[in-house]
Amino acid sequence: MDWNTIFVTTVKASIGLETVVYALAAIGVNIQFGYAGLLNFGQAAFLGVAAYGMAVTVATFHLPFWLGILIGLAATIVLAFLLGIPTLRLRADYLAIVTIAAAEIVRLVFRSVKFSSVFGGSDGRQNFSGDFFAMNPYSPGTYGIGPISFNERVTWVLTVGWVLIAIACGLVYLLMKSPWGRVLKAIREDEDAVRSLGKNVFSYKMQALVLGGVVGCLGGFLFALGQASVQPDLFSTEFTFYAYTIVILGGAARVFSPVVGAAIFWVLLVFVGNTLSEAVSAGLLPSLFTVNNIGAVRFMLVGLGLMLLLIFRPQGIFGDKREIALDAR
Amino acid sequence: MHADTTPTRKAAALAAFAGLDHEPGVPKPDPILVVDKVVRRFGGLTAVNVDHVEIQRGSITALIGPNGAGKTTFFNQLTGFDSADEGSWTFNGKQLKGVPAHRVARAGMVRTFQLTKALSKLTVMENMRLGAQNQRGENFFRALIPGSWRRQEDEITERAEELLERFKLAAKRDDFAGSLSGGQRKLLEMARALMVGPELVMLDEPMAGVNPALTQSLLGHVKDLREEGMTVLFVEHDMDMVRDISDWVVVMAQGAVIAEGPPDTIMSDPRVVDAYLGAHHDAPMSAEEFEEQLQEAEAELESEIEEKA
Repeated sequence: MDWNTIFVTTVKASIGLETVVYALAAIGVNIQFGYAGLLNFGQAAFLGVAAYGMAVTVATFHLPFWLGILIGLAATIVLAFLLGIPTLRLRADYLAIVTIAAAEIVRLVFRSVKFSSVFGGSDGRQNFSGDFFAMNPYSPGTYGIGPISFNERVTWVLTVGWVLIAIACGLVYLLMKSPWGRVLKAIREDEDAVRSLGKNVFSYKMQALVLGGVVGCLGGFLFALGQASVQPDLFSTEFTFYAYTIVILGGAARVFSPVVGAAIFWVLLVFVGNTLSEAVSAGLLPSLFTVNNIGAVRFMLVGLGLMLLLIFRPQGIFGDKREIALDAR
Repeated sequence: MHADTTPTRKAAALAAFAGLDHEPGVPKPDPILVVDKVVRRFGGLTAVNVDHVEIQRGSITALIGPNGAGKTTFFNQLTGFDSADEGSWTFNGKQLKGVPAHRVARAGMVRTFQLTKALSKLTVMENMRLGAQNQRGENFFRALIPGSWRRQEDEITERAEELLERFKLAAKRDDFAGSLSGGQRKLLEMARALMVGPELVMLDEPMAGVNPALTQSLLGHVKDLREEGMTVLFVEHDMDMVRDISDWVVVMAQGAVIAEGPPDTIMSDPRVVDAYLGAHHDAPMSAEEFEEQLQEAEAELESEIEEKA
């Protein structure tokens, strides 16, 4: 068993690209679900339209990178309005149904043969990240402490990613301490009470949906740029459910919970996965486990861990136990 | 108890009602709310069918009626929580049909709910602050600059503290609203509604689920609202409370207003007695009715005898 490799990959996972992308997506979900109580099960679609908006602009139409970013942002906002206008006046579950369906529609359109000249079918789009890496201030080489280091391209992506996370967390902190955030939290508790106090509930829910989508879409840009490619199946529904898992793991409606939740989630996945594969190759496990099925076993074990966490700490890592106690009343 | 110390407003309210007809829809000297021909149907069922009713400014008006009379549906329509199929109503002369609930509240007509809606995971103080209107910090962009709303927030907090003091909730200010007792939640909901600065307060069953010890204090608070110049319209089942605090009573049955009058005589109005107990519940049987029933019974007996034979 190569414990050194396991250790290094695990530590790298805690700040790696997946953690950054999922943290941003989860910050968005936390605004929508944690603070405003909106069940947006289509967060993957928000990241998808942003990533594709940018990639298609640059790779298919050969337009400038920054225009691609603007188009990605615009696509996210348009999607939020499309989903929100018909559903936000209705009961909360309608938004959940519509968003989960919309996310699948978006993914299937991206991978459809009909539009493959634009979106590239199931292969997706490449060759759009040149301008982004041209801005890289790091000279070629590796950056980090000892074996825990990244090359200059990854370092650049992670730098941008963590700066964006810091900005997003600052934004959430300021907003949720303000009267604006108070209205949002009140809507989560009881919409009709908020309406009876003269607040335009629909408008606040729409603002939360758009804001959560825009924060999430930054993760979409980084996902595409970090891999220098987009594929439709990156944005499947399980992406959204991982984001929800992360929010609940960290504790809903807490500023840093999506970030810490994302780090723990990926550390667990990578650590369990690598330990299992090392153990299989060292012949330490019964023959039931093979290189082919440890991927599934990994998710079983992580799932078990999350279940235990929710049984013994239902409020998540940062949550307040008193709030959970109120639900039981 | 509170009203006795400052009887002026009560006397004024009673004077306004003196000599009024006891018919449904009777015009009031200075109505704040005027309702005309409001109809609400749920499929084949007509839940509300109010022809005309006026609510006197500065008074406490009770809306009573048997279960299923449409009181809460009527309330929901007036406050924009449900839409009316037909009709119109004005508040301070302003047309309110089709106006969404939050605009109704901003216009100065604020309601509470039959099942209290305390915002459980917000503290008592945050519940109160939420009620204040025209908050600068409730705008997304200004929310990001704390300096732009801090001062207003301090003023709101001060006002909230005064109200919490009055409603004896000051000690609870930092507790989650979800941890309050049922009666305290009623008090909080009323105090929060006052933060809006309403002219007309609509209370949907303010006494439901409140223990008797708190009832007296709640009654006092409702009377205080009138003393401060507000108008109160409330739905209630507890007749003792209605008699104690209301200046005028409107009775609904089967969706329509069937009678109006002062609280001490309204319950002896024959229309109201009929509505609660059913028509002809105690009318003597006429000779023809007696004869008819006798013949029916005899016919039944005969047919039974024939069957056996």
